[in-house]
Amino acid sequence: MRQPSIFILLLLTLSVQTVTAQEDTTDLMSLLEQEVMSEEKNSTQYTTATFKTTRLINGHTVENVGKGVLDVKISHRFGKVNGGGYELFGLDNATMRMGADYGITNRLMVGIGRSTFEKTYDAFFKLKILRQSTGKKKMPITLSYVPTVAYKSLKFEDPDRQNYETSRFYFTHQLIIGRKFSEGTSLQLMPTFTHRNLVKFGDESNDLFALGIGGRQKISKRVSINAEYYYQHPDYKLRGTTNSFSIGFDIETGGHVFQLHFTNSQGMSERTFVTETTGLWEKGDIFFGFNISRVFTIGKRR
Amino acid sequence: MKYFLSLLLAMSLAGTISAQKVYTKNGTITFFSKSPMENISAINKQVMSVLNTESGELQFSLLVKGFHFEKALMEEHFNENYMESDKFPKSTFKGMVSNVSSVDFKKDGEYAVSVSGDLTIHGVTHKVSVPGTLRVKNGIVTAVSTFKVKLADYNIAVPKVVKDNIAEQIEISVSCLFDQKM
Repeated sequence: MRQPSIFILLLLTLSVQTVTAQEDTTDLMSLLEQEVMSEEKNSTQYTTATFKTTRLINGHTVENVGKGVLDVKISHRFGKVNGGGYELFGLDNATMRMGADYGITNRLMVGIGRSTFEKTYDAFFKLKILRQSTGKKKMPITLSYVPTVAYKSLKFEDPDRQNYETSRFYFTHQLIIGRKFSEGTSLQLMPTFTHRNLVKFGDESNDLFALGIGGRQKISKRVSINAEYYYQHPDYKLRGTTNSFSIGFDIETGGHVFQLHFTNSQGMSERTFVTETTGLWEKGDIFFGFNISRVFTIGKRR
Repeated sequence: MKYFLSLLLAMSLAGTISAQKVYTKNGTITFFSKSPMENISAINKQVMSVLNTESGELQFSLLVKGFHFEKALMEEHFNENYMESDKFPKSTFKGMVSNVSSVDFKKDGEYAVSVSGDLTIHGVTHKVSVPGTLRVKNGIVTAVSTFKVKLADYNIAVPKVVKDNIAEQIEISVSCLFDQKM
């Protein structure tokens, strides 16, 4: 009687052992996973894809292109929608900007462009000063600095007066404070300073401040709704101008981003849409427009 | 009977001693998508894997964000649009080497094996069975395998506009050198 019980005990030991051996593999795996997870927590994860591209609608987002990436941008703004059927609701006329952005590092990009609007050339750089991150280094926001210089090559309005070459220059300094709140929702604030060497009226200021606010809400993985508004204090703006408001869609397909939008600004460089917007939404002075972005990877990443 | 018992005892003891598990935290998994428009590849060098050389149990686990691409934007889209790696951070495999007894882990050589189990990608689990090779060299085991997965099986949607850029079947290559023992 005694021997069979030992026999059963031994059999049990053996079977229990097989079971524990199996669990050990899973245990060991979860141990490894935990280890890797804690390593992850001890490193910094930077937030990516706060916006789909480097432009929100007219202005910049906190996004940069990656190092060695060339982003070719073609932007159109058609005429006013209230032009009616004769103008095919503005499609008869268009202003266009061609430009290219390039990422020197992951935090610094440069860009140039030429806009048919007042035959303007522009150049800028965008530096990410702070990057939103979690993990070891925690940062709630991304902060970017974007200075832009624009050169208006349109012939001087009055060639008879003494014209200075410096009158063609416009300077914009912009800070962008952005945060990706969730997978689909991102917001940013854009305090903007513009300087023009020449103003139309003697009582107008050469230096103007504006505060921009913008954001996006994804409605699917590849489509988002964007809005952008630049507020100017009523006492500190150019005569006859109004605040710029734009609303649009981002549609992303692989290396392309298509942006379709409605805006009351016709210009596409900072000083024009921030300080020289004249269209009134309530009157139908709305410009339909689009930006197309095509990305080329030039430099190798690794 | 006594002899049998002691044999049984020896077996159960031997089980404890040789219950060998080898593992690694830096295995490699690459994938390759071949299409008329472009070839896309990515590599993950932080693959965790555990192999029980006795029972044949084999497990893999990786963080999807650990896949790196040549193009920054591809990596962003991979995580954001296709794998949704914030929602599904891990991909795992839990299975068995079915013919592990035919592998002599003490002898150098290459052993063809068959592995089957549960593959979880993008939150979707499927039973898979794939061929592989266990390579033994100086007592160190390396697991190598190449197989294909169909994106649609794992609810990874490819929009029509990029259909020509991404293959329906993705080739996955595994290479794990089990450098740790337990």
